[in-house]
Amino acid sequence: MKCDIILAGVGGQGILSIAATIGLAAVEEGLFLKQSEVHGMSQRGGDVQSHLRISDREIHSDLIPHGGADLIISVEPMEALRYLPWLSPEGWVVTNSVPYINIPDYPDNAELMAALEDTGNTVVLDADSIARELGSPRSGNMVILGAASSFIPMPFEILEHAVQQLFSRKGKEIVDLNIQALVAGREAAATR
Amino acid sequence: MQKLLLLGDEAIAQAALDAGMSGMYAYPGTPSTEIMEYVQASPGAASGNVRREWSSNEKTAMEAALGMSYAGKRAMVAMKHVGLNVAADAFINSAVTGVNGGLVVVAADDPSMHSSQNEQDSRFYGRFAMVPVLEPRNQQEAYDMIFDAFDLSEKYRLPVLIRITTRLAHSRAAVQRREARAQNSSSLPADPRQFVLLPAIARKQYRALTGLYEKLRTDPVLSGYNRLTKGSNTKAGIITCGIAYNYLLENLRLHNDGHPVLSLAAYPVNSDLVAELVGSCDRVLVLEEGYPLIEEQLRGLLDRDVKVAGRLDGTVPRDGELNPSIVASSLGMQGSAGKEVPAIVRQRPPSFCKGCGHADVFAALAEVMKGFGPGRVFSDIGCYTLGALPPYNMVNSCVDMGASVTMAVGAADAGLFPAVAFIGDSTFTHSGMTGLLDAVIKDSPITVIISDNSTTGMTGGQQSQATGRIESICLGLGVNPDHLRVIVPLRKNNEENMAVMAEELNHHGLSVILAMRECIQTASRNKKAAAAEKNQAE
Repeated sequence: MKCDIILAGVGGQGILSIAATIGLAAVEEGLFLKQSEVHGMSQRGGDVQSHLRISDREIHSDLIPHGGADLIISVEPMEALRYLPWLSPEGWVVTNSVPYINIPDYPDNAELMAALEDTGNTVVLDADSIARELGSPRSGNMVILGAASSFIPMPFEILEHAVQQLFSRKGKEIVDLNIQALVAGREAAATR
Repeated sequence: MQKLLLLGDEAIAQAALDAGMSGMYAYPGTPSTEIMEYVQASPGAASGNVRREWSSNEKTAMEAALGMSYAGKRAMVAMKHVGLNVAADAFINSAVTGVNGGLVVVAADDPSMHSSQNEQDSRFYGRFAMVPVLEPRNQQEAYDMIFDAFDLSEKYRLPVLIRITTRLAHSRAAVQRREARAQNSSSLPADPRQFVLLPAIARKQYRALTGLYEKLRTDPVLSGYNRLTKGSNTKAGIITCGIAYNYLLENLRLHNDGHPVLSLAAYPVNSDLVAELVGSCDRVLVLEEGYPLIEEQLRGLLDRDVKVAGRLDGTVPRDGELNPSIVASSLGMQGSAGKEVPAIVRQRPPSFCKGCGHADVFAALAEVMKGFGPGRVFSDIGCYTLGALPPYNMVNSCVDMGASVTMAVGAADAGLFPAVAFIGDSTFTHSGMTGLLDAVIKDSPITVIISDNSTTGMTGGQQSQATGRIESICLGLGVNPDHLRVIVPLRKNNEENMAVMAEELNHHGLSVILAMRECIQTASRNKKAAAAEKNQAE
């Protein structure tokens, strides 16, 4: 078993929390893991990505080869498209539909949605609204992770437990909200 | 022992603590910053009373580490690759003095310049200084190598250089810890003149160093890290350095042609191993994450004895970091390319955070400079370099730490008036202060804007060395108090700040404008931390 995931977003959108959650889950499952992150300059509102690889065999490269990713998880729609060269022909894209516009030439939304549609195996959902409805507007990243969870070859309970571990320092209320976001994302993707 | 999920940087930090390090010295710089951050946050470091404060710059860090080594204890110093340029004087000479307690120098290179001005390869510094260099292939090896690095340092009385690159520094994997070793007790060097590099002593020690460096080639620990895997396909042999080995294995997993492989991770290299590979193969492919160091050595000046493929003949791109796909094509393998990036995807360069004080300084400066003409703003290394991008387009130089001040001095000497230097507080205390002294002494007609956000922002908000002291430092260096102006860069103060700038830009002598407002990121983090503390108290 192996699952190579590209996490995408804009600096500050919380893709590293998604990475940390999957990472904790992988460790609990006794899997091998490598997760490469971006630190430094691009964290200031630039495009950021993380290569996350889990496998039941030893992993060599910290980076995923072109055409090798099983999954792109993106918290921003245009950023999902940036990493298509890494996606395998059978791979899936799970992305938030809400754009993060901090550049003057951001593409037209209809064109953006059409390009996502074109990529084939795509799940697009409005994670921000789902998170807001739960009363946890900052949990959009967990909604997206929930929506992607059926493509990650690990039991859902393991991911839930990882969320619990990750947010435990912030108290029970925050843990519960993030788990609700995770579940809501999974349900939203399933009922599409 | 415990298994931890660690960044390469963190594996190095944990290993140094477990190997009995008594002090760590560093200046923040991507991709090295997390080494010190991990040590600072480590409960073990606190209970072991390990010294772990940031230094003013890489040179002061290197010297402090050497001082700790002099006193018999194990010390580590970490920096980004260009930081080693700043520390180079101390670093090169530390090979001549030698060490007492183990001394490990970590240089984190940034090929592809994700967050840097160049992609220099620190392995050259190792050869230049004639010290052992270790280049870990993965996080576990990074952890293990630190133990050997300290031992080698004490065995040969030499500093040991650890060279990593961005991908290892910032990638996480499981790391198995070892039993921790106790710290050294303090002791003076056996020879009281070991660290006195008067020419007569230096000559003797340098000659010994040149001999020692050749001995390193056959050191069993160093050689043990360089591994030859035999193979039947002798049409081509492959030499990898550091993490290039992982990219090779990634491809060989899918398709193994049985090439002999020499995987290097320690320098200087024992030439027997290289001769064995080269002698048995028709040609050799060299895969190096960095400059073509081994490739150039293999080719030699005449480049005619060995058939070599690598960065110099275009088999591998001449610049930039490696990845599995580049290595696949250098092996002649058809990589499975995914789809192309749709044309509607736009560049998203980094930008100032919403509410950033630097942005307000640039907004005011942009207005005022309209009256003086373009090409006059020398800037520096930090978040504020983003003033080079739209909408400001204000920055005309970004070269090295502190260069804004001294380049403005030189340009003013050439007749450019007004010349502006734009520098942050941490960069100013790193390497701007000495340049400002030059400007003070000759009353250079320049305006130095110190945009003081009370932190080292770009690397994630580390403590800035002289928070709250910049004004008194300027006065202490001799800046005329009449031309040392303090402003608060807020939009509501824009008119007032523009007036101050215009006045000082028109002054035909040195002016310093200190723009003081806390980094928006640090401020929000501090606020959150205070709230969390209050929550806990309740």
